[in-house]
Amino acid sequence: MAPISIDAAALLTSVQSIVPEIIVVATAIFVLLLDLAISEEKKHLLCGMGLLGIGVALFSVYALGQGRIEGFSGMIVHDGMGAFFDVVILSACALTFLMATGYSEWEGTHKGEFYSLILLSTSGMMFMAKGTDLMTVFLGLETLSIPIYVLVGFHRNRMSSLEGALKYFLLGAFASGFLLYGIALIYAVTGTTKIPVLATMLYDPRILASPLFLAGTGLLLVGFAFKVSLVPFHMWTPDAYEGAPTVVTAFMSAAVKAAAFAALIRVLLVALPGMQPVLWKVLWGLAVLTMTVGNLSALVQNNVKRLLAYSSIAHAGYILVGLVSGDVLGGQASLFYLLVYAFMNMGAFGVVMLIAQKEDEGYDIANLAGIGFKYPALGALLTLFLISLGGIPPTAGFVGKFYLFSAAVKNGYIWLAVIGVLNSAASIYYYLRMVVYMYMVTPDVEVAVPRPPRILFSMALCASAVVVVVLGIIPRSVLEIAERSVLSLLM
Amino acid sequence: MTLDKLLVIGAALFCCGLYTILTRRNAVAVLMGVELVLNAANINFVAFSHYVSQLIGGQIFAVFVIVLAAAEAAVALAIFLRMFATTGTVEVDMADHLKG
Repeated sequence: MAPISIDAAALLTSVQSIVPEIIVVATAIFVLLLDLAISEEKKHLLCGMGLLGIGVALFSVYALGQGRIEGFSGMIVHDGMGAFFDVVILSACALTFLMATGYSEWEGTHKGEFYSLILLSTSGMMFMAKGTDLMTVFLGLETLSIPIYVLVGFHRNRMSSLEGALKYFLLGAFASGFLLYGIALIYAVTGTTKIPVLATMLYDPRILASPLFLAGTGLLLVGFAFKVSLVPFHMWTPDAYEGAPTVVTAFMSAAVKAAAFAALIRVLLVALPGMQPVLWKVLWGLAVLTMTVGNLSALVQNNVKRLLAYSSIAHAGYILVGLVSGDVLGGQASLFYLLVYAFMNMGAFGVVMLIAQKEDEGYDIANLAGIGFKYPALGALLTLFLISLGGIPPTAGFVGKFYLFSAAVKNGYIWLAVIGVLNSAASIYYYLRMVVYMYMVTPDVEVAVPRPPRILFSMALCASAVVVVVLGIIPRSVLEIAERSVLSLLM
Repeated sequence: MTLDKLLVIGAALFCCGLYTILTRRNAVAVLMGVELVLNAANINFVAFSHYVSQLIGGQIFAVFVIVLAAAEAAVALAIFLRMFATTGTVEVDMADHLKG
């Protein structure tokens, strides 16, 4: 057997393509070890170290630029799209850490493993967003999911937390099995798992007509649909979101969604454009179902966390609208919306986290009564995030939805856009219901006393608010970056 | 052993796993079903990389999946253990407090 030769230059490029991921994983391990070395009262250092690591990783994404760096013989690529999602995911992770400063103190999650698991999950998401091989995508998906299963059940003495973890695990593992079997079938027909190679093979009509390949693509889509919680694969979402510690819920809703959509966008736009004539009908149906079921279920919720969970399902539907057309315009709108959604949703969860006194009971909508006038800053922030989620100008949520629906109209999917706008209108009812509770309902007993936020916590809320407002007024530059990212994918 | 037979075994294993997941109410049994599904995919990978593509990509993929399945099982058993310590059962039906 010939000795294995190592190409030093190729190895260097490969390492270069995953520098941000390496930094995140190194930080995760360092935080875990640091936890053993420091005393109980210095545990807040852990969070600071995590933030430092995320900062360095963000800088490395910036330093690598938008150029295309392929690594590990085409398993991973750092391109415009990879860089865009790295920024989205790392920002969501940074916001989580900023909010965790306060949350950990109140709920006792000041533990090395808590921060370490969040960082490990983040690294999985980044791998998933940059994977150009179905194998890398699958490995990234599992690396992100396994820490999240643990995080959802982190309050291990709270029944709801355990129950959320159990349900999320069982359905998540089931979905992974589907995804993997789908990849196996695609591999069976085409003999490759590389996404760009798959794209060229799809011009062969024999492969397109093969029942094994169709079954494989179907299973692959089901697996992704579970992860981004599309109806009818959304059953786990409300339970897992309600049971999980609220910082984790915020993290899941923003970052997991972004990573799973990144992989889905890559597969749909690069590997499967040849299947567009068949695929758009399926995606159309999924988008309509997801928007409608998500919004209608959210109308009747009284638990704020559950309400936001259903709203997050509905938002997955909106983002899918951008993918139905499968062109640059739709892809660009989806990317922009994923970025905006991360900030507005995490902001909303942040305020809700402050108002709720403790896990489980504190999240009833009645708890919001009277907050608006007594605590004007909190009231104003939550109102801002909610109207952005509802898509009312001049917020970023409005701009995002505008581009999503106009992309659908430009590609001739008029009915899809109409259904989307109707859904968006319905969603305003439950977002404004929360605002009404804050400003117009007199509380039965006392107005709930929110927990005083730490400085870093307030910074996270202010940063989200600034992003939501600024992108609502001057979205052009970010939209251009999103467009370049999608174009870098199609090169 | 031919490719066809291996594929039939893979598909049969996948169906067994699916059946287990859908019918059993015990969380540990569901986990076993998930493992069957993962291993069905593994058989496909190994069979195809051996008979068709001649490259070892599929076999490497199978090794990765085995590692992942082990990690997943570890986390799953930890969750089930906590569940058992809190409620005294790991029946999936018992976990129905969250609703709406």
